[in-house]
Amino acid sequence: MHKRQVFKAIALAVAALAATQSIADSGTFKIGLILPMTGQQASTGRQIEAAAKLYMAQHGDTVAGKKIQLIIKDDTTIPDVTKRLAQELVVNEKVDVLAGFGITPAALATAPIATQSKTPMVVMAAATSSITQASPYIVRTSFTLAQASVAMGDWAPKNGIKKVVTLVSDYGPGIDAEKYFIERLQFNGGQVVDSLRVPMRNPDFAPFLQKVRDAKPDALFVFVPSGAGAAVMKQFLERGMDKAGIKLIGTGDVTDDDQLNDMGDGALNVVTSHHYAAAHPSAVNKKFVEAFQKANKGMRPNFMAVGGYDGMRVIYEALKASKGQGGGDALLAAMKGQIFESPRGPMFIDSQTRDVVHNIYLRKVQRLDGQLHNVEFDVIKDVKDPGKSK
Amino acid sequence: MLTILFDGIAYGMLLFILAVGLSVTMGLMNFINLAHGAFAMVGGYITVLLMQKFGVPFLVCLPLAFLGSALLGAVLERTLYRPLYHKPHLDQVLFSIGLTFMAVATADYFIGSSQQIVQLPEWLKGRTELGEGAWMLGMGHYRLFIIAVCAALTVGLQYVLTQTRFGSRLRAAVDDQRVAAGLGINVNWVFLGTFAVGSGLAGLGGALGAEVLGLDPSFPLKFMIYFLIVVAVGGTSSITGPLLAALLLGIADVAGKYYIPKLGGFVVYSLMIVILVWRPHGLFVRKGGK
Repeated sequence: MHKRQVFKAIALAVAALAATQSIADSGTFKIGLILPMTGQQASTGRQIEAAAKLYMAQHGDTVAGKKIQLIIKDDTTIPDVTKRLAQELVVNEKVDVLAGFGITPAALATAPIATQSKTPMVVMAAATSSITQASPYIVRTSFTLAQASVAMGDWAPKNGIKKVVTLVSDYGPGIDAEKYFIERLQFNGGQVVDSLRVPMRNPDFAPFLQKVRDAKPDALFVFVPSGAGAAVMKQFLERGMDKAGIKLIGTGDVTDDDQLNDMGDGALNVVTSHHYAAAHPSAVNKKFVEAFQKANKGMRPNFMAVGGYDGMRVIYEALKASKGQGGGDALLAAMKGQIFESPRGPMFIDSQTRDVVHNIYLRKVQRLDGQLHNVEFDVIKDVKDPGKSK
Repeated sequence: MLTILFDGIAYGMLLFILAVGLSVTMGLMNFINLAHGAFAMVGGYITVLLMQKFGVPFLVCLPLAFLGSALLGAVLERTLYRPLYHKPHLDQVLFSIGLTFMAVATADYFIGSSQQIVQLPEWLKGRTELGEGAWMLGMGHYRLFIIAVCAALTVGLQYVLTQTRFGSRLRAAVDDQRVAAGLGINVNWVFLGTFAVGSGLAGLGGALGAEVLGLDPSFPLKFMIYFLIVVAVGGTSSITGPLLAALLLGIADVAGKYYIPKLGGFVVYSLMIVILVWRPHGLFVRKGGK
């Protein structure tokens, strides 16, 4: 008799505990944000973290009756770590959404986990075109390099740039940039004199730039990960290439808002094509930049921050639309097809490709209020990722 | 073509300044110090931070970078390195690589991992061109400056090692510590001084290199291989060995990337393999050396 009572009491306690556990579970909505906070791409992680926290501060942490919990993990820019963290987040923490992903290999390593666990995966930074094809659960709010480079391939030949040498970092996004830029340039009657691929860890750009100089093109098209951009630009000037009549053009990574101010006057008049500039003249963006700088001691938001900010919006709205009910599939369905005004301008999540469709702007580096900024002067509207057209 | 040669020489000279300290500690003191790149990084950050935060002119930063990393080297030699002199080489390797990782993490934590950008003074920015066509020689002023600094250093070091009292004490201390100590040479002080100078040279290299090579917390790991190649190919018994090795590698690297960009990254490694197969102890070996 006595034994039985003890047993009952234990059973009751366990049941009660389980019940509170499940209540707690159904009351919170977990977002697993995996970012490179240390290592090569740490500035990406810092920007996205700041933007995600800003979005939560502005829009509250309760949506559709659920408390939003952001779990931030550092993958140190190593894809194996990203994969392990994603596994832990899905299995142990039972996250509802995976998000972040600073570099292409990290996103690709995580894709199978998203597919198996039916967890929506919001890519906020990585920009190789093929990423969204790696899993039907991937949604992207950053951009693709194909979008940015095609825009440049359209603009350049119409503005007197016919002969171009391309210089890209030898990895996924670089090869994308090279391929789509060349394709479009040639389609528009331009000519590619030479295509150079630089190893990822390249100590000195001198030989490559000298080769460009000797080829005497109208312009040099550059894609290197943000950070290395400043080095290329300085050596470009040191070599006197601007005086030899060679223009520097590229995707917006070269004149990353995060670093642009430190690059000095040498960066003036460099033309790039990209989806976001901190100087984008819209009311939504002014508000975003102001709030971002206020919350982060004057740090300027760059295109990574806007990818993170919009990613959070897509998650919030999907949760609202699915009324807090249903799992990964319902959320995913609600993410597809979202149209809204982002700080970058109008954007749209294509429901077929789950990739972002947005305006690509042509910008020139100029001085605004004593600071260097990418100032937009032309726009190509609603650019769909050209990598998906096949 | 001459421009490529010039760029290669400048790049090689930079590698030499960065690596010569390592060849001093490794060759003369017989200590495997893989944390050498960390001292170079310290020099780089001293320069960048002084310039950004306090507006110190570039030329003043260079000696400060030397002194700062030399001081750090001296402190670490006294506290951490000295007990390891008589340990097996594997212990030394594990210890110093651990130190490197700690330096990387520390820089990441306190300064942040983004690339640091050095703003050179105006007179170092330009470029002078001589001649025409294929034989045109374009010299970046900053690269000229690197070559000048490096040449001065080589002469100075060679003089100190072969002509001065300190040099002969150092060589004596290296060859036989017990006898040297018996002759009244303070071996500990000699080693302390040598290690500090080696670290200081690394710091100076880092300060000079921040402009060309870029500076971020992964610097010690990124360039460790280059230091080791210079020391391995050049041998560790003299100053001229690493100098010639660094020049050869610099020119091969730049020319390789210019003429065969597709293979660019591999030229240096292929060259190293060929040289080491031909002369396993490096290009210049002291006769009867270890």
